[in-house]
Amino acid sequence: MKEKLEKIRQEALAKMEDLGNMEALNEIRVAYLGKKGQLTELLKSMKEVAPEDRPKVGQMVNEARAELEGKLEAKKAELAAKARELQLRSEVIDVTLPAKRNRVGHRHPNTIALEEVERIFIGMGYEVVEGPEVEYDYYNFEALNIPANHPAKDEQDTFYINKDIVLRTQTSPVQVRVMEQQKPPIRVIAPGRVFRSDEVDATHSPSFHQIEGLVIDKGITFSDLKGTLQQFARELFGPETRVKFRPHHFPFTEPSAEVDVSCFKCGGKGCRMCKGSGWIEILGCGMVHPKVLRMSGIDPDVYSGFAFGVGLERIALLKYEIDDMRLLYENDDRFLKQF
Amino acid sequence: MNTAYSWIKAYIPDLDVAPQEYTDAMTLTGTKVEGFTKLDKNLEKIVAGEITSIEPHPDADKLIICRVDVGNEILQIVTGAKNIKVGDKVPVVQDGGRVAGGHDGGPMPEEGIKIKKGKLRGVMSYGMLCSIEELGSSRDMYPDAPEEGIYILPEDVEVGADAVEILGLHDTVFEYEITSNRVDCYSVLGIAREAAATFRKEFVPPEVREVGNKEDVNDYIKVEVKDGNLCPRYCARVVKNIKLGPSPEWMQRRLAASGIRPINNIVDITNYVMEEYGQPMHAYDLDQVADHKIVVKRAEDGQEFQTLDGQIRKLDHNILTICDGEKAVGIAGIMGGENSKITDDVQTMLFEAACFDGTNIRLSAKRLGLRTEASGKFEKGLDPNNAEAAINRACQLIEELGCGEVVGGIVDVYTTALGPKRIAFRPDWANEFLGTQISKGEMLKYFEKIDLEYDDITEEVIVPSFRQDLECEADLAEEVARFYGYDKIPTTLPRGEATTGKLSFKLRIEEVARDVAEFCGFSQGMTYSFESPKVFDKLLLPEDSPLRRTVTILNPLGEDFSIMRTLPLNGMLTSLSTNYNRRNKDVRLYELANIYLPKALPLTELPEERMQFTLGFYGDGDFFTMKGVIEEFFEKIGLHEKIHYNPEGGKPFLHPGRQAELSYGDIVVGYMGELHPQAADNYGIGERTYVAVIDMPAVIPMATFDRKYDGIAKFPAVTRDISMVMKKDIRVGQIEEILEKKGGKLLESYRMFDLYEGAQIKAGYKSVAYSVTFRAKDRTLEDKDVNEVMNKILGALKDLGVELRS
Repeated sequence: MKEKLEKIRQEALAKMEDLGNMEALNEIRVAYLGKKGQLTELLKSMKEVAPEDRPKVGQMVNEARAELEGKLEAKKAELAAKARELQLRSEVIDVTLPAKRNRVGHRHPNTIALEEVERIFIGMGYEVVEGPEVEYDYYNFEALNIPANHPAKDEQDTFYINKDIVLRTQTSPVQVRVMEQQKPPIRVIAPGRVFRSDEVDATHSPSFHQIEGLVIDKGITFSDLKGTLQQFARELFGPETRVKFRPHHFPFTEPSAEVDVSCFKCGGKGCRMCKGSGWIEILGCGMVHPKVLRMSGIDPDVYSGFAFGVGLERIALLKYEIDDMRLLYENDDRFLKQF
Repeated sequence: MNTAYSWIKAYIPDLDVAPQEYTDAMTLTGTKVEGFTKLDKNLEKIVAGEITSIEPHPDADKLIICRVDVGNEILQIVTGAKNIKVGDKVPVVQDGGRVAGGHDGGPMPEEGIKIKKGKLRGVMSYGMLCSIEELGSSRDMYPDAPEEGIYILPEDVEVGADAVEILGLHDTVFEYEITSNRVDCYSVLGIAREAAATFRKEFVPPEVREVGNKEDVNDYIKVEVKDGNLCPRYCARVVKNIKLGPSPEWMQRRLAASGIRPINNIVDITNYVMEEYGQPMHAYDLDQVADHKIVVKRAEDGQEFQTLDGQIRKLDHNILTICDGEKAVGIAGIMGGENSKITDDVQTMLFEAACFDGTNIRLSAKRLGLRTEASGKFEKGLDPNNAEAAINRACQLIEELGCGEVVGGIVDVYTTALGPKRIAFRPDWANEFLGTQISKGEMLKYFEKIDLEYDDITEEVIVPSFRQDLECEADLAEEVARFYGYDKIPTTLPRGEATTGKLSFKLRIEEVARDVAEFCGFSQGMTYSFESPKVFDKLLLPEDSPLRRTVTILNPLGEDFSIMRTLPLNGMLTSLSTNYNRRNKDVRLYELANIYLPKALPLTELPEERMQFTLGFYGDGDFFTMKGVIEEFFEKIGLHEKIHYNPEGGKPFLHPGRQAELSYGDIVVGYMGELHPQAADNYGIGERTYVAVIDMPAVIPMATFDRKYDGIAKFPAVTRDISMVMKKDIRVGQIEEILEKKGGKLLESYRMFDLYEGAQIKAGYKSVAYSVTFRAKDRTLEDKDVNEVMNKILGALKDLGVELRS
């Protein structure tokens, strides 16, 4: 019996050694451990063993069985690993083949620039507001201290609908509308379309966009205007940006200034972009004129404020180095795709 | 405005800064310098030489050999010039020197032209004789220069002296951009005053004496001003025994540097004083002035008048004229008349320096289509107190330069004299306003430099009449800021109550629209708000379409930009057409922009501006691609109900069988469809094109960013398929209505999975299959639950005329 068991064990182990695949493994399992397997058969012949030896023999058989089962399991794992290995090797792909991309559209460069500006001012507590594009002459001019027959009306090449209604030439009328409707503290920016009768060319368009800013509160100073716009310029053009304020004249601000930033392409050394000067003019600004405050129902003895106006296209053209303004309104797919 | 540096320096003797420093400093105090030109750029080693002999060139007919005394040596120079003779003094550039340009006056090279000794047809030449063009100038500036050939210097110049100096070319011309409020700075004296204040130097304006003989001007001329509002001041003086001739070179050069061509002494003096004082003047031939009388009055409507340029002008009663005893002799402030202009035979001249109403001049010049140097100055609103000083300055120059005999006295009609004004000024307030800490003494010093006095008792600044731009305390604060330096003002951020930075709800919804459009492959376009009225024909709109009622621009850039759009499609289709013509494939665009709908015509109030979300594409995709974009958008703005697609939208520019009006609930929110092939032809787009327009003001009030979690289903769903055959004209929308109505609470979702028309189906019919899913929230559904609902659905489908297939 013992010899028989040992023989079966040796035979089974030997067969397991050079197993090629799962099927062969299963055959061995059936042949030795299955219901009619050799080991099972051996147990059945236990009655031939002397009763006092039976527990011992039984134990031996069980040990042999456990050993074989263990070996089988190990072998099975080994085979599975080999099979997985083979599978992986057969599934190698060329990772440099082209991507399958979703078709995604692109934002207009004006909008990208606008969102950038909005992000900066929203972070400083400004609300984004809008006003009408077809506007009363009163809001576009008179309430901004540009009375009837003021030469500035000619300068701005206004499109008229009738004597009282114009296409707004600037976003500044939104200042007046906001001051009429809100109580200080006011911090708003007002982006939007404006219109001037300029013929279309590489640097002019009869329709373009401005972003107006307005802050009204007690104790607002010219130095606050400087600080705010310096922060804005550094956010928009980089932390190294220097800002220069030059005196200028706008009817609705006093004092007024034009603002240059150090050229963000050459850093101020002078290049083609800044026409060699090292500076680029980006906006106009000033302290809101007391007449404008008063006309809009705000007491200039209590409140002061500042306003500024930025040309959106100017920012977009400069920032993205677009050399012709007409590209912004042609909507050529090959242009838009680059943003 | 262009002015020579030497002219400015004439009034600031101590000013000595380099052109770049001048430019920067003036710009920072508010007198913006746009740029400058150095007149001696690239002029090196150029001296005055005297020609001592001229011989023919042995081997060239067109060349001559000159010997030229340049002081320390005699140079042999070969030249082709024909206008020189022995004894002439000429500018000579020596070996190793440099000139600005070629002799033909073409564009000047950046580095100039280097002159080296060399052989010309075998004869050594040790320099070059210069024309005015080679010296970087022109005959405009040096009218005595020959049309062709060498510039001949005055006889009395010293041989060997710096010829550039002799010609007055060691000078710089600055170009200023003067802001419209600073009327006083449209003059050399005004700029010089600012420059003196900027550099803190003494300002020395010319000393004007009232010259004149013993006669009385009142014996020569009478002046009557009939409209004092349009002519606040009229000054007249008389000059007799006029001797016309050229003006002195310094005057010619200053004028030329300002861009004014020298003509003769009288005209040049008039122009010179106009530049210097900013006061235009006019000269009449007194012998042509009937009755020796000037009357300033409005013209008659329809009156005709010949201006001195020979043109006949039609006047009206808002145009002011200068008349003599019989007739008009000039249009006030704009242009004199042919009948009284100065000719070479003039004996006695009437000089006029007046002040006219700026607005009137501007409007008159505009109506006449005649903007002149003079009207350009008057329209800014001149200081009447300047007129007298200017006319006296002119007479002084006439006398000093010996151009005539000035008659004593001045006729001055000045009814309401404009005095200085007073503006309260609190230095502390200015500091608070600017965010600075400038001492009062410092502020007053700035004021003093620009002729503003301070009255310590009343605490007021006294503003002279030439600073009409100063009106309030804030204006004075700007004067302080300018001369303290904008760059020195600190940078701070506003303090005070915090405010919330945000986008309005409308702008947030627009942001979602952009995101959805872009994730669906559409790129953002921008098109003009104005367009041609012809677009309505291109879009096949009927003649009586309300969309043809437009907001119309009175003064458009042309018909193509003359009306404000009432629908957004033309911009979209034009852009698609541009792309199609440029062979761009599969183009998808969107735009967010307003349309403008008049409430009543003619317009009495502002039109309604409605934001439109417009999508358009050609190429890859179809009607249902577009439908998908719209549904994505609605879902993202919290509109989860079904959008209703009504095929009876009736848009003439869309394919009649492939369009839908969109509504949500009961509200029409837009339309979509395939572009009508005729419209596509009109725009030259050769592919099927799909468009959609969402009317944002209709959508936004319903939109929401609120979301509520609805749980994840715990119990299993039951799915049943329904296969149907039906007439083609039954829309699947009708099937879906039944599914929703009859499906009740248990209906979770449905999905069409098959649609077939063709051989296996009888003609005029289609087969449609839906998969319908039911689920209960609180239990596992049993067959009988589902069967009950399915029976209702199938019953309703049968009533619609649908055949069910097993």
